[in-house]
Amino acid sequence: MDYLLETRNITKRFGGLTAVDRVSIGLRAGEALAVLGDNGAGKSTLIKIISGVHKPDEGEIFIGGKPARIDSPMDALAAGIETIYQDLALAENLDVGANIFLGRERMKRSLGILKVLDDQAMREEAQKVLDRLDIHIPSLKKTIRTLSGGQRQAVAISRSIYWDAKVLIMDEPTAALGVAEQKKVLNLVRTLKDQGIGIIIISHQMYDVFEVADRLAVMRRGVLVGERIVKETNPDEVVGLIVGSETVGKER
Amino acid sequence: MASKAEEAAIGEKPVGGAGKNGILTTIKAMWTKIGILFIFIGMVILASFLSPAFLKANNLMNVVMQVSYIGLIALGVTGVIVSAGVDLSSGSIVALTAVVSSSFAQRPDWAAALFPGLTGLPFIVPLMVGLLVGSLVGFVNGWLIAKTNIPPFIATLGTMTAVRGLAQLYSRGRPVSGLSDAYNFIGQGSLFGVPFAVLLLLVLAIITHFMYSRTRFGRYVYAIGGNVNAARVSGINVGKNLILIYTFAGFLASVAGIVVASRIGSGQPGLGNGYELQAITAAVIGGTSFSSGGIGTVPGTIIGTLIIGVLNNILVLTNVSAYFQDIIRGIIIVGAVIIDERRRRVRK
Repeated sequence: MDYLLETRNITKRFGGLTAVDRVSIGLRAGEALAVLGDNGAGKSTLIKIISGVHKPDEGEIFIGGKPARIDSPMDALAAGIETIYQDLALAENLDVGANIFLGRERMKRSLGILKVLDDQAMREEAQKVLDRLDIHIPSLKKTIRTLSGGQRQAVAISRSIYWDAKVLIMDEPTAALGVAEQKKVLNLVRTLKDQGIGIIIISHQMYDVFEVADRLAVMRRGVLVGERIVKETNPDEVVGLIVGSETVGKER
Repeated sequence: MASKAEEAAIGEKPVGGAGKNGILTTIKAMWTKIGILFIFIGMVILASFLSPAFLKANNLMNVVMQVSYIGLIALGVTGVIVSAGVDLSSGSIVALTAVVSSSFAQRPDWAAALFPGLTGLPFIVPLMVGLLVGSLVGFVNGWLIAKTNIPPFIATLGTMTAVRGLAQLYSRGRPVSGLSDAYNFIGQGSLFGVPFAVLLLLVLAIITHFMYSRTRFGRYVYAIGGNVNAARVSGINVGKNLILIYTFAGFLASVAGIVVASRIGSGQPGLGNGYELQAITAAVIGGTSFSSGGIGTVPGTIIGTLIIGVLNNILVLTNVSAYFQDIIRGIIIVGAVIIDERRRRVRK
């Protein structure tokens, strides 16, 4: 198995509800896997298990073929799994540098003893990673609040790249973006794939999926109901899988 | 969308560019940054016209002295509100700290000592005990909020009520008097002509400002207030940092409690009533945002505190009736926040 990341029989229950039911998926380096499903299909729960927010009740996660314990977001980050959440997980009141380094701040010594935040160094590093991804933001001293949706998404992506993500999970990366910005973000995804990063995309936008994903996995009521190679399927068949009438797509 | 839009880089500015009318934008930028300072200076000028007594050094020192307790509490409350919380227990912490710490500071020759066994202890003991008690209440606040997930308003409303009762119970409803001179120095003494309490406020304001703006802890408080989910998924231990910020607020409220008790030379269970709201007012006037977390600074809060002090002083010097004073204060609080919200919208 040459999977970068693999889940085997992951199960998560909330009380009587089985949100994720024995789901096994695999992700290779440089590949984009789209996870699709209707609201409540269990996509977000699955993602949160992989990124350490939820603990699975059953099942295992393998990273680079070895079993991994992911009990907290920190464990996931340490394993090279970065997640960009739908609400972007940026603190809007902080600037770009502070956000890229949030939770992993760069410190310096002041007056020989006191450890203080090194905002200058953080901004410089932030600039470097933004340059690498060809993203332009007028001033890194500005708070996220003042940035556009696309700029925010770009900051969130830069943040994960800076920390050497091996696996990048993107939850609805183009929701709430303008057309031009959607294209830019999808281009970024291609750039990341070229750099060998494995990407999991959760999306409602069929267009995004067919634009950048290599494979897709469809979930329905917590169960993985189908996997397809993007080149070998079409939107109708995928919609059929999502709503639970696979035949719709095949009749065509 | 036109092809021009497609060309647009992600870095395109979302709002119109600056620089067209240079001076106007500079003034605007200064206003958004330190607008509250202009208001403060305006009030000082107004006050000096209204009453010639205002600018006398003695009076100015008094103004600062009278709001020093509020300032001390407000330093901690600022952090709490920045974390998208609130602390209603500060006034009760002042009372509990005042009676407990005073009970360890009574003179040995004081016949009516509440706890005769505790008299004549070294000067440091009442301070340590007082600070410990306040920090402990703050810890309980933080623990309740972090571990039981109840809203900060409710958690601290509970401790506000219970701690006030505790202060009454401890002192049996009576004032704890006959305090040692060393203890009383904190609230009554001066160094280089400046009241000790004012120096204390200054030093703690500097330390707190440093903590909020330059340390990891401070950054996390802002992150939690700005987007608690972002903080959590970034690996920040939200619960631990919430406990820390409420403990710190409790600590500062207990400093205020010691200052108040030593100022009047007696620890009383009724002290500090309403201080929590005045401290919140100071923070809010100083730009700490109640409507969205993650916004607020120590310098802003200090100016907010001074504005309260100057306002109180103007009202007294101009003989405004006590009823009118409260009405004017109420209007100023709401007015300051309206102005602040406007300011923020400009910044967006």
